[in-house]
Amino acid sequence: MSDIFINTVLTLDASVRVCIPLIFASMAGLFAERSGVVDIGLEGKLLMSAFIAASAAVVFGSPWIGLLAGIFASSVLAMVHGFASITYKGNQIVSGVAINILAAGLTMILSLAWFRKAGITPTLKNDQRFLSIDLPGIELMDHVPILGVIYRELISGHNILVYLAFAIVPMVWWVVFKTRFGLRLRAVGENPKAVDTAGISVESLRYKALLIGGILCGIGGVYLSTAYNAQFVKDMTAGSGFIALAALIFGKWHPYKVLAACFLFAFLDAISIRLQGIIIPGIGEIPVQLIEATPYILTIILLAGFIGKAVPPKASAQPYIKEL
Amino acid sequence: MTRERRLSWINGLLLPFLNVLTAFIATAIVFILIGVDPIKATKILIYGALGYDEGLGYTLYYATNFVFTGLAVAVAFHAGLFNIGGEGQAYVGGLGTALVALYLNPALSAWIVIPLAISGGLLFGALWAIIPAYLQAYRGSHIVITTIMFNFLASALMVYVLVNVLREVGEMSPESADFIKASWLPFVHDVFASFGYKIAKSPLNLSILVALFFSGLVWFFLWHTRWGFAIRAVGKSNDAAVYGGINPKKIIIITMCISGALAGLVGINELMGVQHRLFLNFNYGYGFGGIAVALMGRNHPVGILIAAFLFGILYQGGAELDFELQNVSRDIVVVMQGLVILFCGGLEYLYRPILIRFLAPIEATE
Repeated sequence: MSDIFINTVLTLDASVRVCIPLIFASMAGLFAERSGVVDIGLEGKLLMSAFIAASAAVVFGSPWIGLLAGIFASSVLAMVHGFASITYKGNQIVSGVAINILAAGLTMILSLAWFRKAGITPTLKNDQRFLSIDLPGIELMDHVPILGVIYRELISGHNILVYLAFAIVPMVWWVVFKTRFGLRLRAVGENPKAVDTAGISVESLRYKALLIGGILCGIGGVYLSTAYNAQFVKDMTAGSGFIALAALIFGKWHPYKVLAACFLFAFLDAISIRLQGIIIPGIGEIPVQLIEATPYILTIILLAGFIGKAVPPKASAQPYIKEL
Repeated sequence: MTRERRLSWINGLLLPFLNVLTAFIATAIVFILIGVDPIKATKILIYGALGYDEGLGYTLYYATNFVFTGLAVAVAFHAGLFNIGGEGQAYVGGLGTALVALYLNPALSAWIVIPLAISGGLLFGALWAIIPAYLQAYRGSHIVITTIMFNFLASALMVYVLVNVLREVGEMSPESADFIKASWLPFVHDVFASFGYKIAKSPLNLSILVALFFSGLVWFFLWHTRWGFAIRAVGKSNDAAVYGGINPKKIIIITMCISGALAGLVGINELMGVQHRLFLNFNYGYGFGGIAVALMGRNHPVGILIAAFLFGILYQGGAELDFELQNVSRDIVVVMQGLVILFCGGLEYLYRPILIRFLAPIEATE
């Protein structure tokens, strides 16, 4: 019994760790798509931020400078996306693809130029990283059965960015559904013409949404290279940006549902490693690849409208052209 | 020059040229930032790609892959669809080719085996595109999202197939057995040798003829057949197409199947032409490269051939840069791909306002 219990807690704990970049990236995507801009470039922004953050943390010796640098790098890419898709009304998907490919190439080229090794930064020392924090009262809680383990393993012992991620979701909900900016944001994603007629700038709203997205995605990337790992390695995002996109659709562009989808996908990732080689009675061995593919399969089924329907914001992917 | 003619020159040649030029200038800036002289780098790159037999062979060999994926993206673009799944379709297409080339009777003649193996690639590539196409046409799911998902599914599927099914007993690395000899496409240097000309060895093989053949076919199909017309009509205006009696749902499925089939041909060059076995990630990067090639080539087969050749030069020249200079790796090509997609795609209208302002006084005098 206690073995299964501890294993479950540890798997959940691993899911929390995997979940964090997904949360940041999907919340970033939420702002972009709610404003009517499709953001395929989440992956690229995560990757670029991870690299720049690790580089800055090594050079300046502080994770906080890494955090700022990562956010800056990701925001720059977000603004490039905005420049192409808002100001020049280009194809949003094409410029998103460009950002992904650009990030993949630049991280390799710059790491070679700066650190003499392609696709890798020097390992970060402990004072250059975001380390886990022990919450107060662990010793006291240890005496409590079940809750003690949960408190020690699952709730305590994460770094500050993890707590930030979980704090940001209600904030996103509040901004999107309870503020004037949020109302305008949702309106501009559904019917930009109405917003324009009301005398509010569509372009400036979309730029703001992308900038917030850039900042959030940046934090996600910083987490990957300075908290979850202790360096940048080639292609370390490994599709997180796309899984976040899937989670965004799966959660139907609603912050809490998206959070649940992120956690579900992260949990699948965490158990896929543990299920390797384990034979389930009556079914046999489940191929790891099948579990890894599950987030994508679920999203496709959802998109197809077989289990509920995912309807994106109406003006999504359409550049707004003012009538004169 | 009439106004229409002048505008078509500007839209068709001048603007794309300015866009490509901007992408190159941006690459030069990247070179300067990492402390490499861009002129010296260009010289190395061009010599490495075109300066000698072997380099040219490699250049054309890389270009062949880009022709296939570039055509794939372009055909879909003509119907207004963005097929971002070339990567996955190329991968699964390779499986189709491999299955034919592994399990056909080795005694058969190459004249039977090779067309069948090519058909295997076409078929599997098309199959991998048909579900996203169906979902777009009949269920309204966005093709971009579904094809991205299918890229990941393809890579999960291929790892499973290579590790658990096709890997030979006792082998460690996830790759298939060797293809039967009859499925091997001859190397160009061998073909030349059989006529008595000696040229340097390179991976360039007869797939390049397949690529040229399909470029011609796509041109004929798009501009000289009923289906091609229907595809372009749907891409230009869905409503007008419906009014003209075209069923856009059917056209979406047909277009995506053709697009997937073309991407599925990457395996012809990589597997039948060079490696003669199926292995992990043989398709790596060509699917996305195809997007850059199609955008740069303005979705026209001639433009695609030129753009694919250019990317072939970059790929091969990039390898040479890697070898010659210490602080550049061949990933500079990836940066360049990104910049080409950005400036020829996302920012394709960058120079339009300036040109309009420049042309306005000329228009006014007429």
